[in-house]
Amino acid sequence: MLAKRIIPCLDVRNGMVVKGRKFEGIKEVCTPIELAGFYNDEGADELVFYDITASFEGRKLFTDALKDVASKIFIPLTVGGGINTLDDFDTVLKCGADKVSVNSGAVKNRELINEAAKRYGDQCVVLSMDVKRVGNGLHVFVKGGREDTGIDAVEWAHIGQENGAGEIVVNSIDTDGVKSGFDLYMLEKIGDAVSIPIIASGGAGKTDDFIELFKKLKCVDAGLAASVFHYKEVGIADLKNKLKNAGINVRI
Amino acid sequence: MIGIVDYGVGNLFSLKSSLNSLNVDCSITADKDKLASCDGIILPGVGAFEDAVNKLKNNGLDIFVKDFVKGGRKILGICLGMQLLFDKSFEYGEHKGLGLIPGDVIPLVNRIGKGYKIPHMGWNSLDIRKSDGILSKINNGDYVYYVHSYYAETDAKYITATSEYGKIDVTASVQSGNVYGTQFHPEKSGKVGLEILEQFVRMCKEQ
Repeated sequence: MLAKRIIPCLDVRNGMVVKGRKFEGIKEVCTPIELAGFYNDEGADELVFYDITASFEGRKLFTDALKDVASKIFIPLTVGGGINTLDDFDTVLKCGADKVSVNSGAVKNRELINEAAKRYGDQCVVLSMDVKRVGNGLHVFVKGGREDTGIDAVEWAHIGQENGAGEIVVNSIDTDGVKSGFDLYMLEKIGDAVSIPIIASGGAGKTDDFIELFKKLKCVDAGLAASVFHYKEVGIADLKNKLKNAGINVRI
Repeated sequence: MIGIVDYGVGNLFSLKSSLNSLNVDCSITADKDKLASCDGIILPGVGAFEDAVNKLKNNGLDIFVKDFVKGGRKILGICLGMQLLFDKSFEYGEHKGLGLIPGDVIPLVNRIGKGYKIPHMGWNSLDIRKSDGILSKINNGDYVYYVHSYYAETDAKYITATSEYGKIDVTASVQSGNVYGTQFHPEKSGKVGLEILEQFVRMCKEQ
């Protein structure tokens, strides 16, 4: 049986993983290979690398770090952050990424998903969307959740699928950082509208949140989180054992 | 030396890195003389069947692969590379494959039933039917990583493992004589995948 996936997300700036320490502004850093190796050993099913670098030099450090991880860790790697063109796809794929996640790049250029899917295959293109409740609707936001595009999220997911996205990551701005559980309402609305895999993101605070996610929503295939794994509030090996005990099929 | 057949399809970085991590000498090449000197070859592949077959043919690699197999040395097809080993595929029309294993490649959507997503993407467990060959070092129930929308339908005698998805047992790995194939990606399947690749290399060197 197909397993539900657990995916840690690593923010990378200038080639180093950045972890803001809880309740303090101090940033801790380590190399991507250190943390990727740790998560791999813990049983992570995939890794997502998010490049939050702004500069050209930082981009080079990021791709060097990606190559380093991809040559040593043999599970699927997804890269996101600053993907706006087919050249951006090409660059990270050549460094060993298996999938590429597009977010605001797809809003700016609606042909991007379609063009990338044609060139690299559907399996390679992940549509990542930042979604927030607006009135009675769900809207797609860009610029780190600051700008409302006015695009209906359910419709956007549908367009993504039609254009050839192989997966969709739904980041709920409403539950992000709240740590009181995934946004089940939003995930169900969007998940039921498409027939490609859905990855839930935003709101994980404890093991039970993942159990609830997979128990309640059949349409969700994977749970993605960053800080709960970084701060070791949830250990991946322990989480997967508990999911298994709760009757959820996971890769142990 | 293991040859990775480079016919312009897919990203071969992970496959080469996997073999490197096992200290296996390997070369990504389309050069037939170089491939001919290898102990065994791997036929990778991501993308569409028709395009892949045409690319193989353009380089004369289809004939080379058949001759290589006739000579008794081992080949491992991965994902689309495995599908190419069969008689034909029904991906966007009907296309002839290499015909090294009898069987057809058909859309999953025709068989899995309603409510199951396509592509079949993620980690699925193996039901091992024949535990020799490339699967001899792994355990029943071990998980491997899949991404595909088509699968091979073939006689049970060629099927060495399956994975349950929807209403069917998806063909996970196949063998006919010195021809091997996996629908899943061993190079993305963690330790289990590395064991499978290592076993293939070991068998290539033993022959």
